[in-house]
Amino acid sequence: MSKPVSRRDFIRLAGLGAAGLTVASPFFDWKHGEILARDTMPGLYTKRTPTYCEVCFWMCAGWVHHNEDGEIWKITGNEDDPHCNGRFCPRGTGGVGMYYDEDRLKTPLIRTEERGKQVFREASWDEAYTYIAEKMNLIKEKWGPECMALFTHGSGGHYLGNLLRAFGSNNIAAPSYAQCRGPREVGFIGTFGEGIDSPERTDIRDTKCLVLIGSHIGENMHNGQVQEFSDAVDKGATIITVDPRFSIAAGKSKFWLPIKPATDMALLLAWIHVLIYDELYDQKYVEKYAYGFDELKAHVKTFTPEWAYGITTIHPHIIRETAREMANASPSVIVHPGRHVTWYGDDTQRERAIAILNALLGSWGRRGGFYNPAKPSVPTHPHPPYPKPKRDWRYAFPDKYKLAGLALASGLCDATVPGVSRDCNVRGWIVNGTNLIQTLPDQKNTLAAIQALELIVVIDTMPMEITGYADVILPECTYLERYDDLRISAHREGSIALRVPAAEKKYNTKSAWEMARELGMKLGLADYFPFKTQEAELDWQLKEMGLSLDEMRKIGVKKFPRPADDLYPLEGLPDYEFYTNTGKIELYATQFEAEGYPALPTYTAHEEPPYGFYRLIYGRAPMHTFSRTGNNPNLFDLMEENVVWVNPKVAKEWGLRNDQPVWLENQDGVISSSSIKVRVTERIRFDSVYMVHGFGHTNAKLSRAYGRGASDSELITRVHIDPEMGGTGMRGNFVTFRLEGAPEVQS
Amino acid sequence: MRYAMAIDTKRCVGCSDCVVACQTENKVPIGFCRDWIVETTTGTYPQLQMEIRSERCNHCTDAPCVRACPTKASHYGAGGIVTVDHEECIGCKACIASCPYDARYVHPEGYVDKCTFCIHRVEQGEHPACVAVCPTHAMTFGDMDDRMSDIFKLVSRRKWKTLIPEAGTRPNIYYLI
Amino acid sequence: MVEELITSGRLTPEVDPILHIWGWEIPLYLFLGGFAAGILFFSALFTLQNKENRYPMAVKILPFAVPVLLAIGLGALFLDLSHKFYFWQLYTNIRWESPMSWGAWTLLLVTPLSIVWAASWLEEAFPKFDLRYNWLKEILSDLKPYRKHMAWALIILAVILGMYTGILLSAFNARPFWNSAIMGPLFLTSGLSTAAASVTLLTRNQEERSDFTKIDLLLIAIELFFIIHMFMGFLASTQVHVQAAELFLGGKFTVPFWVWVVGIGLTIPAILEILELRKHHVPIFVSAVLVIAGSVMLRFIVVEAGQASRWLY
Ligand SMILES: Nc1nc2c(c(=O)[nH]1)N[C@H]1C(S)=C(S)[C@@H](COP(=O)(O)OP(=O)(O)OC[C@H]3O[C@@H](n4cnc5c(=O)[nH]c(N)nc54)[C@H](O)[C@@H]3O)O[C@H]1N2
Ligand SMILES: Nc1nc2c(c(=O)[nH]1)N[C@H]1C(S)=C(S)[C@@H](COP(=O)(O)OP(=O)(O)OC[C@H]3O[C@@H](n4cnc5c(=O)[nH]c(N)nc54)[C@H](O)[C@@H]3O)O[C@H]1N2
Ligand code: SF4
Ligand code: SF4
Ligand code: SF4
Ligand code: SF4
Ligand code: SF4
Ligand SMILES: [Mo]
Repeated sequence: MSKPVSRRDFIRLAGLGAAGLTVASPFFDWKHGEILARDTMPGLYTKRTPTYCEVCFWMCAGWVHHNEDGEIWKITGNEDDPHCNGRFCPRGTGGVGMYYDEDRLKTPLIRTEERGKQVFREASWDEAYTYIAEKMNLIKEKWGPECMALFTHGSGGHYLGNLLRAFGSNNIAAPSYAQCRGPREVGFIGTFGEGIDSPERTDIRDTKCLVLIGSHIGENMHNGQVQEFSDAVDKGATIITVDPRFSIAAGKSKFWLPIKPATDMALLLAWIHVLIYDELYDQKYVEKYAYGFDELKAHVKTFTPEWAYGITTIHPHIIRETAREMANASPSVIVHPGRHVTWYGDDTQRERAIAILNALLGSWGRRGGFYNPAKPSVPTHPHPPYPKPKRDWRYAFPDKYKLAGLALASGLCDATVPGVSRDCNVRGWIVNGTNLIQTLPDQKNTLAAIQALELIVVIDTMPMEITGYADVILPECTYLERYDDLRISAHREGSIALRVPAAEKKYNTKSAWEMARELGMKLGLADYFPFKTQEAELDWQLKEMGLSLDEMRKIGVKKFPRPADDLYPLEGLPDYEFYTNTGKIELYATQFEAEGYPALPTYTAHEEPPYGFYRLIYGRAPMHTFSRTGNNPNLFDLMEENVVWVNPKVAKEWGLRNDQPVWLENQDGVISSSSIKVRVTERIRFDSVYMVHGFGHTNAKLSRAYGRGASDSELITRVHIDPEMGGTGMRGNFVTFRLEGAPEVQS
Repeated sequence: MRYAMAIDTKRCVGCSDCVVACQTENKVPIGFCRDWIVETTTGTYPQLQMEIRSERCNHCTDAPCVRACPTKASHYGAGGIVTVDHEECIGCKACIASCPYDARYVHPEGYVDKCTFCIHRVEQGEHPACVAVCPTHAMTFGDMDDRMSDIFKLVSRRKWKTLIPEAGTRPNIYYLI
Repeated sequence: MVEELITSGRLTPEVDPILHIWGWEIPLYLFLGGFAAGILFFSALFTLQNKENRYPMAVKILPFAVPVLLAIGLGALFLDLSHKFYFWQLYTNIRWESPMSWGAWTLLLVTPLSIVWAASWLEEAFPKFDLRYNWLKEILSDLKPYRKHMAWALIILAVILGMYTGILLSAFNARPFWNSAIMGPLFLTSGLSTAAASVTLLTRNQEERSDFTKIDLLLIAIELFFIIHMFMGFLASTQVHVQAAELFLGGKFTVPFWVWVVGIGLTIPAILEILELRKHHVPIFVSAVLVIAGSVMLRFIVVEAGQASRWLY
């Protein structure tokens, strides 16, 4: 739907945007007793530099403010930024702690003992590069360059990706696909021909009804989305939350449906059933745009609310009533696709069901539903063509995961484990900004892969679980000490944001840009790194767009007004062609059918917890991001550890008290390596326990986070792989309580 | 002029951004805080209600802390805000004992500290740091004596409560419910 | 089930999870203040009644302890201050609404007066003590005619000081357990009782001992009455007060309070004193020591419990 903006248009638009910027907001308007927003104030802020936040992947743009001594003082949002609208979330505000954390990696390190033992020696950068380059060349000679893989999450990925592609490998994966939103993208592409992307294209601000399936907005602190959520609540939108746990969002909902976990598909199908058979769906919209309605209708005939009741424990009248609420709000209704959706292995199909619901409600392309994002196009520097790899990760999975649109982090890991019949395993890893030990499920498998490697390089800012397994650790400076790739974002209005260093590097660290370039030089790939400094590269890019580095330094964010008025392209039901095989919204997914997958979603029963066990479900806490903030002094201050939520009935049965430390043991006999405190709460079903992901650190170098709380990842040993795209379903694990003693001491 | 804050318990998601922002803005040492979040859940599964409040000093109109202070260190300042003059505070902690909301703490440097309504920012025409950062716009700051102010209008329009009214402190923080 | 979750740095030292801003210093200060007030009260009272020779210990000798007690008390208060070098700010302000302030001022008046008072008794109290300097002797003998004036002032100040130790706490609306009008009279009575008990302990005059034993018995009775009255007041009051009382009625202060303060600090010494008055043979020091110890405990427990009691919302 979004048409690429042509270069000429672009420059013109860019000019217009800059003119708008001179309208600054004034002082305190005493007459109206109201303080107007202003982001500079002499005396309050001595100096500020632009950045965008790296504490999560929402990438809010903001300002770093300095104190009288020129040190980093605080970080605030950039008023012009559509991701944050001038307001950071707690993690972004606490980002200063990333810089001040005294446990940071401070210099390159080379392993001196076996992997997993944390014994390293300090090394010079040159030594580290030489070590890596020798190993990479060895891998290239022996097995081919394709046997190098890059795992990356975060802003340095672009530069390291350039390095890997120049080296001759396409094996580049982020955990944000197969462990996160992959199924959602595949499900929606299969239906609408387009994915949801990040930031989500959901028009929550203007919606009249928001349905959250698990999605725990408010704890999931993706900034702009939370802002719009509370706007919607304030404006009186109906919120329907489907969650086995009384989430913050549930607390603000008109309907909380405490569903039995793993049964969402039944509820979704029943909703579809009601919309169709009670003729509540948007008939004109469906008639005009949809393909396969009759097949769908026949398919859901038996999926009645009464049928779903037995599965989900949600009363049929509630299912009908909520379906009516959605229909009443249509088309300003969003059945939210969620983000972390790799739950039970049939996630792509569940997302298909969500997409179908939205199609029936006519919300795609309509106000209060899903808008059409605009994305600026930003030139990248020209370079010689990359060598064509002979094979990539897909090669390891013939006839599997055929709808995967991006590389699978878990797939690359599997392709590393030896013994599987394929002609080449991955032999070398570069891991940048992802703590694979905590991030990938089935730790045993990850460790088996790591032990088989010839080379593992970890680029990180902190000593983490993954750095313990590195052969070479390259310390990256924090985002507050470096330039980075421009943040190019698709939103209601496209924008770009700049990050510049707010402080001198505190330690002997480098940015990913510097590492990629310097390692590239060592590998004889100088042609792919034409710029001597990152400033020069950014300036070149910006000049190509009619901007400059100096100008961007002053504004931080540059917005580009939409070239055409097509934010809600389907308002008024114009003729429209979708990027699908049929050019229509595919209720019946022909792409799925062609690849041999079910073209319509069906309910499959998932395993239930054995007696005395509870389903392990997990999520986010607003003040932490995964495992990366556990040691951040400012955020640690707000939440030191996770706790395990236990329903009072269950607590009574086990004699558990609040704050009592317990160990969790899963169905495969894996016991958490640290204890976790109990939180007895009505806010969770009795068949599940809940904990926040990212705690239970095992790296003793994290002086605050080490051993605090427990790790959900450790207990996720059973993985349900999504057949369509290889997503790793992680919620099919069950745990029981152990009341005392960690039986095995882990080092 | 009467400075006040209205905090919308419906908008607030309890993220505690207001806490971090206050800590960085006011250089509140780690381990201490001038504001905090209370999340109260009542009921039995699945019939539950939740209220989330961002709490801080209520800048009470009839402030027991001011009465308890032997030195005038705790006093009413511009716009009725209650502040502590660090140079006058002897650290006797009578004010801490007198505050029903536990809004005060002993700063590691010895004096007693608490929310100032970010008067240093307000004087410069800025919102208090917590108000300015709140991603959900749950907080509104302004002059309750001004009938045209956002806060006055909001408090007039919405249902609200103050905390522990029976303590007779006449708080200037309104929780919109 | 009601679940209240406080997040975000709300583990503020000395405030959370329960208030514990005041450790041993304040209760000690309150005890010593009350004790000193009790001594001064009796000394002044019986001076006015011209009974100085009937009660030599109470009137002439014990006042010498007062400046020492007050100095230690003030020292404890000073130790408790967290911003010590601004101590002087106490005396640049008079804040009538602040018990802390008028307590400080009362002490400022009482302490020098108590020194003068004691000094005026020096010759009679310690006849063998030679002052060496004649000019000092002269000053001291010049004081004697003013004793009655001083005594009037002291009686008033002693009552204020004794009440103050309780009112300091009871003025804190925010702590339901302290917030009882009985606290002032209770602490005053307790201070008087401590003084009376110490007279019985130290005096060698049989008459003084038995009179003060009677006085002490009366004071103990009044104290017990106050305590019961206080709890009945709490139980008849709002929910927060009921909860505060419950700290002592099954809560964590039940044993320390009822066993140590009421039992060992008040009831047992009362029984012993009755036995003694009926000429049974009991070691006299036991009851006195128990009364004093009970009075110390009372301050500690009340200060601690008040901090543990809070408003609910
Ligand atoms: N503060 C903070 N915010 C974040 C992040 C962070 O680390 N910290 N990470 C960001 C990222 S990358 C992502 S992907 C998103 C993830 O955030 P979401 O997409 O919101 O993730 P979910 O997995 O949907 O959310 C977990 C919720 O699902 C519920 N749940 C568990 N099992 C089931 C079930 O079977 N059915 C239903 N209906 N609900 C279930 C849990 O109780 C919990 O409330 O968060 C983003 N936001
Ligand atoms: N069990 C379980 N597993 C999950 C999830 C879950 O909820 N539960 N969530 C899944 C989801 S949705 C996602 S998106 C992924 C996220 O997975 P990851 O992105 O791997 O998450 P983190 O644990 O935050 O690991 C980030 C790593 O980057 C490092 N880092 C931080 N800043 C920088 C930087 O500036 N430069 C460099 N080089 N490194 C930096 C951190 O120190 C940390 O080691 O996890 C997935 N895995
Ligand atoms: S949502 Fe929060 S953590 Fe994520 S980028 Fe924005 S400010 Fe940073
Ligand atoms: S920042 Fe706003 S939303 Fe977050 S806890 Fe504070 S008041 Fe609530
Ligand atoms: S909330 Fe507490 S500290 Fe603030 S003015 Fe009221 S009594 Fe004083
Ligand atoms: S601690 Fe300071 S501000 Fe508080 S009452 Fe004492 S002198 Fe006043
Ligand atoms: S007004 Fe200022 S001092 Fe008070 S809580 Fe908010 S940020 Fe902190
Ligand atoms: Mo994610």
